[in-house]
Amino acid sequence: MSNIKSAFENKKAFIPFITCGDPDLETTKEIVKEAVKNGASLIELGIPFSDPTAEGPVIQGANIRALAGGVTTDKIFDLVRDLRKEITIPMVFMTYANVVYSYGSDKFIKTCSEIGIDGIILPDLPFEEKEEFLPECDKYGVDLISLIAPTSENRIAMIAKEAKGFIYVVSSLGVTGTRSEIKTDLESIVKVVRESTDTPCAIGFGISTPEQAKKMASVSDGAIVGSAIIKIMEKYGKESPKYVGEYVRSMVDAVNSL
Amino acid sequence: MSNPNGRFGIHGGQYIPETLMNAVIELEKAYNHYKNDPEFNKELSELFNEYAGRPSRLYFAEKMTKDLGGAKIYLKREDLNHTGAHKINNVLGQALLAKKMGKTRLIAETGAGQHGVATATAAALMGMECVVFMGEEDTIRQALNVYRMKLLGATVVPVKSGTRTLKDAVSEAMREWTNRIDDTHYCLGSVMGPHPFPTIVRDFQAVISKEIKEQILEKEGRLPDAVLACVGGGSNAIGTFYNFIEDKDVRLIGCEAAGRGIDTFETAATIATGRLGIFHGMKSYFCQDKYGQIAPVYSISAGLDYPGVGPEHAYLHDIGRAEYVPVTDEEAVCAFEYLAKTEGIIPAIESAHAIAHAIKLAPTMDKDKIIVITVSGRGDKDCAAIARYRGEDIYE
Repeated sequence: MSNIKSAFENKKAFIPFITCGDPDLETTKEIVKEAVKNGASLIELGIPFSDPTAEGPVIQGANIRALAGGVTTDKIFDLVRDLRKEITIPMVFMTYANVVYSYGSDKFIKTCSEIGIDGIILPDLPFEEKEEFLPECDKYGVDLISLIAPTSENRIAMIAKEAKGFIYVVSSLGVTGTRSEIKTDLESIVKVVRESTDTPCAIGFGISTPEQAKKMASVSDGAIVGSAIIKIMEKYGKESPKYVGEYVRSMVDAVNSL
Repeated sequence: MSNPNGRFGIHGGQYIPETLMNAVIELEKAYNHYKNDPEFNKELSELFNEYAGRPSRLYFAEKMTKDLGGAKIYLKREDLNHTGAHKINNVLGQALLAKKMGKTRLIAETGAGQHGVATATAAALMGMECVVFMGEEDTIRQALNVYRMKLLGATVVPVKSGTRTLKDAVSEAMREWTNRIDDTHYCLGSVMGPHPFPTIVRDFQAVISKEIKEQILEKEGRLPDAVLACVGGGSNAIGTFYNFIEDKDVRLIGCEAAGRGIDTFETAATIATGRLGIFHGMKSYFCQDKYGQIAPVYSISAGLDYPGVGPEHAYLHDIGRAEYVPVTDEEAVCAFEYLAKTEGIIPAIESAHAIAHAIKLAPTMDKDKIIVITVSGRGDKDCAAIARYRGEDIYE
């Protein structure tokens, strides 16, 4: 078992997503530190991919900017090594199957374990294909995070039963991006999850405001926010750590104000 | 050829977001039901024959044969199908299937525009809504097809992400499908993407080799020595190969787009320059860098300008059953002009890649040998681009 469960102990989790290298790795490092300082429970680090098919325009843009800036998987590993000197909360990678596969699955996951990455989220790896990376994840003690979607229906229990670390509940149809309203019946999804496993579950996709985060955390174990943070990074560039920190503080307060 | 999980050897699979899993499972169930349903097959045959104009002709290219002085050359005239390409075979099948599944809306990606036109056509015919995603770069290269799609009642969405070509159109169509699943079928245009698409599209395109076999047996009393087709994702090629896979004496030759050459970065020849990866729902070969970032590929042909290849082709390559050869822009353009002047047939620039390899291959073969080239589409759509390639600006 990885360190991930500690993020959900005795509190609701707020999980910020940060694309590594947007606008550069030095800024990423400062953003992560600010997020931790302001109460983030777990950090989701995005390794950029050229063709992120599960992302909306905002995170697509971050991927393009990061890759244009010359970020690579190896440089991101170095960033994590550096961050681990002072950060103890769980960190997971969010990327696409080809980034792991192309690096060499064993080498990638072994490195994750060595540098202190607790889990991997791959939006293009459904339950049916998890054997692609699960043997290596089990071997090195890195959690392969499962996703559950509004369309999962009869699949929820099957996925939840084998889930590790935490479960990423996708709030809405479509790709990542902020939404004014989340209509999915998340209570019902989380109910089935709870009946199937003790693994905590957090809700992501479409969340941007403290009100939304509070609502999502009230029905689950936490809220995940990506695009809203990327928008701050896009707006303030190298100056963004301070603003991301303030935003994280407001969201952490919201999810724990229940 | 594929196992129940949609694997072709190690290739294929279903590497897609969880949001789409029930949709592809539902599609597979529906397909497995309808593919053996006599009523469905009767309707599809009728559409093929009465609407699309099948069977397409197997034409003996006598002048080309004489000129090249080697093997006898036959052309499988998929360019004569309604809408001008082989794409209609797959689209009529999928649209009919979607309709049976109760879907009212089709979405599709398109490169050269032929698949988009075919999908828009089927949607018009069956009274369905249609949205086509097309790389912005391709909407310029293939402006005529954009207009055709609009004329047929479809909405064309220019895709501005990435390289603004076919790869990005596929990504955007996948994103749209995760956004709206209930009433929408993603009519994927090639033998690629997650299972069951590579199998479904292959089965609908297999009519090409089924007909070639019957026609060549009737004309020559024997099977051909080689069949050739161009390969982007690989739908007309798998259609051309499929019924010959068990006939080990028939060479299967796929012609990839080498762009400016396989020793340059401006190429789309996946088997020649790619390596194993996972993208667009499948494991297969992809043009990519050492960190797995998908390469911005290039070909003069918008339809072959794709960084991957269908999983069954990857498998046929692995086991050595099919050969894959690179053909450059220049060779394809010369073949485009050659077929026009020699046989009075203007092929699609995609198909011209297969013609180009045949021009090299035929003279090396004895006169009693037979090769069949699939002319996957007609070249009207390409005239302006080829004129530009030759330094001439024409107004359409």
